[in-house]
Amino acid sequence: MTINVAMTVNGKAASGKVEARTLLVQFLREHLGLTGTHVGCDTSQCGACVVHLDGKSIKSCTILAVQAEGGKVTTIEGLAESAEKLHPMQEAFRENHALQCGFCTPGMVMSAIDMVKRHNYQLDEATVRRELEGNLCRCTGYHNIVKAILAAAPAMKSAGV
Amino acid sequence: MYDFAYHRPKTMAEATAALKGKPEARPMSGGMTLIPTLKQRLAKPSDVVDLNGIKELAGIKVDGSGVTVGAMTRHADVASSADVKGAIPALADLAGHIGDPAVRNRGTMGGSVANNDPAADYPAAVLGLDATVTTTSRTIKADDFFKGLFETALEDGELITSITFPKAEKAGYMKFPNPASRYAMVGVFVAKTAGGVRVAVTGAGPCVFRVKAMEDALARNFSADAIKDIKVPADGLNSDIHGSAEYRAHLVTVMARRAVDQANK
Amino acid sequence: MTAETGIGARVKRKEDQRFLTGTGRYVDDLPLARATYAYFLRSPHAHAKIKSIDTGAAKAMPGVVEIFTGKDTADAKVGGLICGWVVKGKDGQPHKAPPHPVMALDTVRYVGDTVAMVVANSADEARDAAEAIKVDYEVKPANVDLAKAFDKGTPEVHAEAPGNLIYDWEIGVKADVDAAFAKAAHVTKLDLVNNRLIPNAMEPRAAAAEYDKGTGNYTLWSTSQNPHVLRLILSAFVLGIPEHKLRVIAPDVGGGFGSKIFCYNEETMVTWAASRVGRPIKWTAERAESFMTDAHGRDHVTHAELALDKDGKFLGLKVDTIANMGAYLSTFSTAVPTYLYATLLAGQYTTPVIHANVRAALTHTAPVDAYRGAGRPEATFVIESIVSKAAAELKMDPAELRRKNFIPADAFPYQTPVALQYDSGNYPPIIDEAMKMADYKGFESRRAEAKSRGKLRGIGFSSYIEACGLGPSRVIGQLGGGVGQWESAQIKFNPTGNVQILTGAHSHGQSHETTFAQLVSDKLGVPIENVEVVHGDTATTPFGMGSYGSRSLAVGGSAIMKAADKVIAKGKKIAAHLMEADVADVVFEQGTFKVAGTDKNVPLGAAVFAAYVPHNYPLEELEPGMDENAFYDPSNFVYPAGTQICEVEVDPETGVVEVVNHTAVDDFGNIINPMIVEGQVHGGIVQGVGQALMENAVYDKETGQLVSGSYMDYTMPRADDVPSFKLGNKVTPCPHNPLGVKGCGEAGAIAAPAAVMNAVHDALAPLGVTHVPMPATPQTVWQAIHGGK
Ligand SMILES: Cc1cc2nc3c(=O)[nH]c(=O)nc-3n(C[C@H](O)[C@H](O)[C@H](O)COP(=O)(O)OP(=O)(O)OC[C@H]3O[C@@H](n4cnc5c(N)ncnc54)[C@H](O)[C@@H]3O)c2cc1C
Ligand code: FES
Ligand code: FES
Repeated sequence: MTINVAMTVNGKAASGKVEARTLLVQFLREHLGLTGTHVGCDTSQCGACVVHLDGKSIKSCTILAVQAEGGKVTTIEGLAESAEKLHPMQEAFRENHALQCGFCTPGMVMSAIDMVKRHNYQLDEATVRRELEGNLCRCTGYHNIVKAILAAAPAMKSAGV
Repeated sequence: MYDFAYHRPKTMAEATAALKGKPEARPMSGGMTLIPTLKQRLAKPSDVVDLNGIKELAGIKVDGSGVTVGAMTRHADVASSADVKGAIPALADLAGHIGDPAVRNRGTMGGSVANNDPAADYPAAVLGLDATVTTTSRTIKADDFFKGLFETALEDGELITSITFPKAEKAGYMKFPNPASRYAMVGVFVAKTAGGVRVAVTGAGPCVFRVKAMEDALARNFSADAIKDIKVPADGLNSDIHGSAEYRAHLVTVMARRAVDQANK
Repeated sequence: MTAETGIGARVKRKEDQRFLTGTGRYVDDLPLARATYAYFLRSPHAHAKIKSIDTGAAKAMPGVVEIFTGKDTADAKVGGLICGWVVKGKDGQPHKAPPHPVMALDTVRYVGDTVAMVVANSADEARDAAEAIKVDYEVKPANVDLAKAFDKGTPEVHAEAPGNLIYDWEIGVKADVDAAFAKAAHVTKLDLVNNRLIPNAMEPRAAAAEYDKGTGNYTLWSTSQNPHVLRLILSAFVLGIPEHKLRVIAPDVGGGFGSKIFCYNEETMVTWAASRVGRPIKWTAERAESFMTDAHGRDHVTHAELALDKDGKFLGLKVDTIANMGAYLSTFSTAVPTYLYATLLAGQYTTPVIHANVRAALTHTAPVDAYRGAGRPEATFVIESIVSKAAAELKMDPAELRRKNFIPADAFPYQTPVALQYDSGNYPPIIDEAMKMADYKGFESRRAEAKSRGKLRGIGFSSYIEACGLGPSRVIGQLGGGVGQWESAQIKFNPTGNVQILTGAHSHGQSHETTFAQLVSDKLGVPIENVEVVHGDTATTPFGMGSYGSRSLAVGGSAIMKAADKVIAKGKKIAAHLMEADVADVVFEQGTFKVAGTDKNVPLGAAVFAAYVPHNYPLEELEPGMDENAFYDPSNFVYPAGTQICEVEVDPETGVVEVVNHTAVDDFGNIINPMIVEGQVHGGIVQGVGQALMENAVYDKETGQLVSGSYMDYTMPRADDVPSFKLGNKVTPCPHNPLGVKGCGEAGAIAAPAAVMNAVHDALAPLGVTHVPMPATPQTVWQAIHGGK
């Protein structure tokens, strides 16, 4: 079954014709060319695909494209104001060497932003680690990711994002 | 994933109509179980009826006797609900330990209970609190709802609309997660309500079950010590690479004790 | 260059901008016009005869372009996959080398073995069609249990390897070891299984290929750690496409850990089929396929014995190991349990005699090959487990027993009894520092405090040595390795003053783009933002060996330094000409050529510009341009060493082990970028903790089904499974490479398993538990405590 979908992606209108079975991540990657969102598993566990839908972190591999109809989607490509001005979370990842191969990074960053906001910019290490349950990284051993998120929380607060 | 026809009804009536007469049609709530199943091609529904557009299904209501949670209420909303935290803190706590934040942002109570995964968390709360499941055609008591491995009392086309939990005097949930999947390898919900004491165990067996001996002991003395020597038989329990039936049986006692401690806090 | 970007500085990574903004370019991200998609049909059986394959119905499915089976590749004379390292057994014969066809011909040998390739207009359609292929299997009994692989009656995987034996190999003189044991005051014995692991780079393997009919050129994009080696294998052995007609590109690659070194059948098939289909073909593994078909790691069954004198001095070590090869020999599989394992069995100790016997076995499981550390984690686990066990038996402090046997600092270069000559090291200060950082003195009070909470606290050491930076080509050749192990570099200094470094190494997380730029920026005095590292494309970079075995900096970085020396040497001549000075009087300081004792100077950039615009230039003696290349072949391996100390708490009721503290002090020689090095250690430690406590590839012993075939069953370490780490370092520079560096990529994973397991054993010792198998999952620990099922 083919269906027309229309949504807002990173602030811009996006639409296309998809099969009912098309996942949101497929729509983003294959139809919109937004390949920053990755697919790392087939059981909805790795979190490489996390994006925001209407402000909440979701696994874009576990939602149909048609389910995002009318929604506002933000992907890793939509975070930075400009090439020079990254989102404080992106900046904190860079400052703290929280990425190596970069494959888990988009999902990590998107989950991290959602996490910081949900905790009202106040987190401790144990909370960050627990909240990362749905994001696997094979490279960093998480040490620097945790550090980056803890550093980003106050930065996000003062930047008002 | 195989392709299917997609429907997004706005009302329960539309949803029921969309499912009617289609034995291979499937309702979808959070999709956190259904979509992974479809991705792995373990199911081939003719139609998927998406319940996300039905406003009447979401939301939490509290009154003097308990809490009613709409079927489409997300795990994250149950976990953070001030009403749930006030009435049955153990239920909010349980919801906050289901999956990860992204899963909790989509997954729903109705979907979880309808699915009745042997390792799911909610069934322990539903059975442990003696909750009532309301469907499109009737109400079903928890004891009559969970029938076996992925099996419930729901008929074809029958949808869960809400679940009502009686207020608990004391309640606690303790989960021993499967190290890999983080689903419950053993989860024990203990509760003391007006109706008495209940101990419900998920993860350990093919379907959530109660432990009568522990309930009786706790009814006499609601303390961890009261059940420390009560063992469930390993026979018939699940066994896999992460936990043999014997290990699970052992964990039931440990988790039950810890759940009682939690409830007494 | 400046202190902020030079050698030793924590320079922020150049690669981060694209990864942080979602603009990295991994294989699956590649837009290819008119692309088709491949899906590989896998065997559901561990061992079966293929009686027939019927693709008729599948070919008629919507969107199907072509379907290939083993018969098609055999008819087209596609070669088999190769094992590139010949190990000679005790009998002097090369190892058994059974054929490894790119797709199964008449027999499938593991769950996941490839049976057919479907090419269709979309990935979904390819999979839809694959399900319509009818394969008639005659299922046969499988050989899955490694310990029983050589037993009589165990089904054979290949007729070419009778009794499933690939080789029976030894190192060391057995009689000498027996003599040492005869004199021993104490012998410690150990039986262990080094658990099988699945690498799980977060980016699944992927390949895309395109054939240009006009030129006859092929392009393959692959998730490869070593694109030139992949091209070489495909050209010389498998597909016969001449090297100059095959371009292999490994763009951004999302982690490898060894699993992306090897030449796999899917990338081979995609390349081969691209010309037949006449359209580009893309393939990306689903995670389930990665679990089934990425080369797995470790998987040893070992018995070891350590002889000690009455003072605790090691007299000799005996090791007997069965190593699993899986169903086919992967690219470097044979070397891993021999030259990368048994040669390391001296560890940091003066053990005078060592004998190791290694038998490699075939089983009906996925191929096993190098995984982060490759052989060295297995060796370290044997040594560091048996040393700690000996200490416990002798009631000695484990640190003390280690110290007593360390190779002394003045003994380097040190010849071990198992072939390697350690070039440098100084072990006692490392363990001292680690003990200080871990507050070893305060441990007993922490143990007591934990006990008051019902927890059993334990502490464990692991003092590892590893040989990496592969490697001296001559030695590799003598040992049977099929390739050279040098590395290449090219420095292209452009007329406008910026620099491209082309390297044969490949970065898939290791940060070469930053570290290598730091080297050149520092050496040539060019601002780091004007330096760009190019890697991963056989069409643009010089032939290189790629990245694995912690070799990129020690070997690849050294090649870059050699090329930079050539730039300076040539620049010096140009500068001398421009300054009308004698070359011998010209010095190079911070990016500028100067004549000593005068104020004459020529910035390197000006000399380079003159080389491109040679109007005032010694054209008679010098070629124009500034483009220097170098190949570096190391004279020895490098020998990083260190000590990790792990502290755990065990919940005796549930068996849950929590890592509460983990300290690592390493000697990696000189350090270029500490931030990056620390990141490598963090990641390595967690893979090691994963092996110790969580990860286990489990096959059903009867059916050969992969039981731990998804993240639902294979326990990946998550953020809340580990603490933050304490890292320290000591430096003994490597004496034989120009940077004085050793490798740091694998150390964390090499040392951690023994540190964790020793801590677990220490924690459980008060209960009388002497052996906990790895991984120490909650159930395993509970069973060890309670003797339960
Ligand atoms: C990574 C991951 C981790 C998870 N971890 C846990 C965990 O730790 N504990 C746990 O308990 N669960 C876990 N889950 C499962 C999660 O809680 C699911 O959300 C839940 O099991 C199903 O709810 P859903 O709303 O997503 O249902 P869906 O996936 O939409 O549906 C599930 C099933 O129920 C049927 N159904 C849906 N809604 C209704 C209805 N209203 N009436 C009748 N039938 C209906 C569907 O047809 C389907 O068969 C995890 C899931 C993922 C992906
Ligand atoms: S791709 Fe792994 S969770 Fe979505
Ligand atoms: S940076 Fe490679 S997986 Fe996280």
